[in-house]
Amino acid sequence: MRDITVSAAPPPPALADKLKFYGIWVGVALILLLLPKILSSGGSLTTFSLIGISIIFALSYNILLGQTGMLSFGHAVYYGLGGFLAIHAINFIVGHKFPIPLPLVPMIGGATGLFFAALIGWVSTQRSGTAFAMISLGLAELVASSALILRSFFGGEAGVSANRTKLLKVFDWNFGPQIQIYYLVAAWTLVAVIAMYALTRTPLGRMCNAVRDNPERVQFVGYDPHVIRYLAFCFAGFFAGIAGALAAINFEIANSAYLGAVQSGTVLFAAYIGGIGFFIGPIVGAIFVTFLSLGLSDVTPVWQLYFGLFFIAVVMFAPGGITGLLMMHRPLLKGGTMLRVLPSYAVALLPTLAMVIGLMLAIESTVHYTVNPSENPHIRAFGIPFNAASPLTWAAALALIVVGFALARLSWRRVGHAWDEALTTARQNGVAA
Amino acid sequence: MSGKEPNAIELRDVEKSFGITKVIQTINLKVAQGERHALIGPNGAGKSTTFNLISGYMKPTSGSIQLRGEEIAGLRPFQINRRGLSRSFQVTNVFGNMTVWENLRCAVLWATGQRYAFWKNIDKLPEVRERTARILEDIHLVGRRDVPAGLLTYAEQRALEIGITIAGGANVILLDEPTAGMSHAETERAVSLIRRLTEGRTLLIVEHDMSVVFGLADRISVLVYGQVIASGTPEEIRGNPKVKEAYLGEEAA
Repeated sequence: MRDITVSAAPPPPALADKLKFYGIWVGVALILLLLPKILSSGGSLTTFSLIGISIIFALSYNILLGQTGMLSFGHAVYYGLGGFLAIHAINFIVGHKFPIPLPLVPMIGGATGLFFAALIGWVSTQRSGTAFAMISLGLAELVASSALILRSFFGGEAGVSANRTKLLKVFDWNFGPQIQIYYLVAAWTLVAVIAMYALTRTPLGRMCNAVRDNPERVQFVGYDPHVIRYLAFCFAGFFAGIAGALAAINFEIANSAYLGAVQSGTVLFAAYIGGIGFFIGPIVGAIFVTFLSLGLSDVTPVWQLYFGLFFIAVVMFAPGGITGLLMMHRPLLKGGTMLRVLPSYAVALLPTLAMVIGLMLAIESTVHYTVNPSENPHIRAFGIPFNAASPLTWAAALALIVVGFALARLSWRRVGHAWDEALTTARQNGVAA
Repeated sequence: MSGKEPNAIELRDVEKSFGITKVIQTINLKVAQGERHALIGPNGAGKSTTFNLISGYMKPTSGSIQLRGEEIAGLRPFQINRRGLSRSFQVTNVFGNMTVWENLRCAVLWATGQRYAFWKNIDKLPEVRERTARILEDIHLVGRRDVPAGLLTYAEQRALEIGITIAGGANVILLDEPTAGMSHAETERAVSLIRRLTEGRTLLIVEHDMSVVFGLADRISVLVYGQVIASGTPEEIRGNPKVKEAYLGEEAA
């Protein structure tokens, strides 16, 4: 009987699996350590710092959306409050000469996020779904507007600033140079990512998934879904507060934008675009969205429009996000049938690209005419010069969109067929989907 | 009363109304400990509502519901579950995106005292692991352990449904039409599964298949228009003229 029970359970991880698992974390730590040696410009260090902050924030958001099935429109509240408290804490510590070094300040942000999540969460997590989403939106508006009213604490439009270099030094670091901030963010990112991953492997983490799948049934296995949602909400608030504090440290300022709807929206975008169904999804999303927003804002004034269109495309065509798209190919890779779909991808890419370029041409020309119609129509978008007034441009845009769309539809259908065949063969080769 | 073992479930004058519509007219029902008790009746008689009232899914408008002598009317479902009563659902109600293994594991967590622990590694809880493995073995889904529950066949999902219901080790089990929609062979397998898994526990079952009811139940209660019109052994129910008239019709004669 004992033999049977043991064989019925999943086998414990083999040594190779364990090595692989810990190897990944060690590898990530090494990459974080060596990254500034390879790309050492101030710009890239700032970018990496922003990515680290964004990763913590997006993962904290996914504790709600991906893990527990709660759609929040106001997660920036806990990020922002963590940021403000961190700035006030720095000023307070400096003013009173407390022996607290800067690397501990994110903990204050985390505690702030946790405190407010614990305070607000008990009511807002009574229900999930629409009720929770609406309450989160209302609270976000409430906090964001009070940030402009309570000037003494939030500093009004200008925000509150602090000098991060005046705290107790650690190993002779005063955290003035960006490289030191990079390492501070990197260390916190690594710790937070490990902690949030570990959380998914606990009884609470598993019950969060159960609540996401079927809150009704959870009640009949002895758990109160409200308590589970509440605890998940507290954890999400805690890690969001840490991210907010790191952002405040990075910029040496906290203002009302930290708490706002745009910030709440961005974290939703990042988590969703990366893929909420996988732990690494929001990490991928945070990296992607940070690069996208930094890169796009350099080449086009309406980068948010592209951002929105891209988000819509992901929701419609790849609800699993980038990670979901990649993971879809795993059975094909294992079954050795990956090469069968690649040619059809290549075929589909051409008309899709044509359609996208046509769309961009049309958008840029339209923007030119709505924003500054009297100016020189010879404009540049994405570094490419063209004449927005020329009928040729408009005709080309239209042709690209129409022809591109028609051909793309056909070619993506071909991709679908190639997929089905490849998957069937992969299954015959003995790969479980 | 003194010295006598309390009933596993006892409903006294339980009523349930939705607005002005009285769905349950005053139900009185006793299920002794260790008994396999079937609740039968025509569609709309209030069988599922009775289950919902006992399991806390709905609150009774009035009356008393006792679990082993303890009042549970008005308690929340998880509170009742923690007192040792577990139910299944007529429509399969599992955790669709999670694997069979994870489904069963969720169902044993509370019973093994894990509560809302966020400081324990779930893979390093031997008791949870062993109990989950035993249930998996019991419901014959070992080969489907790592398949998401949503991708199981209908009969497999029904087996998982029963597995989740019994996994917590509850003493009182309520099964709502466990064989509905199954083929003859599947029904037979399900019945022997239920018989085996509810050994030594109290079972209250709603079932439409009369061969299942008469094969499995020690006692039967007949519910018609929200009232228990008869309660007794299978023989007594078979011979009861009121039941024949109201429900069983000619075929039982």
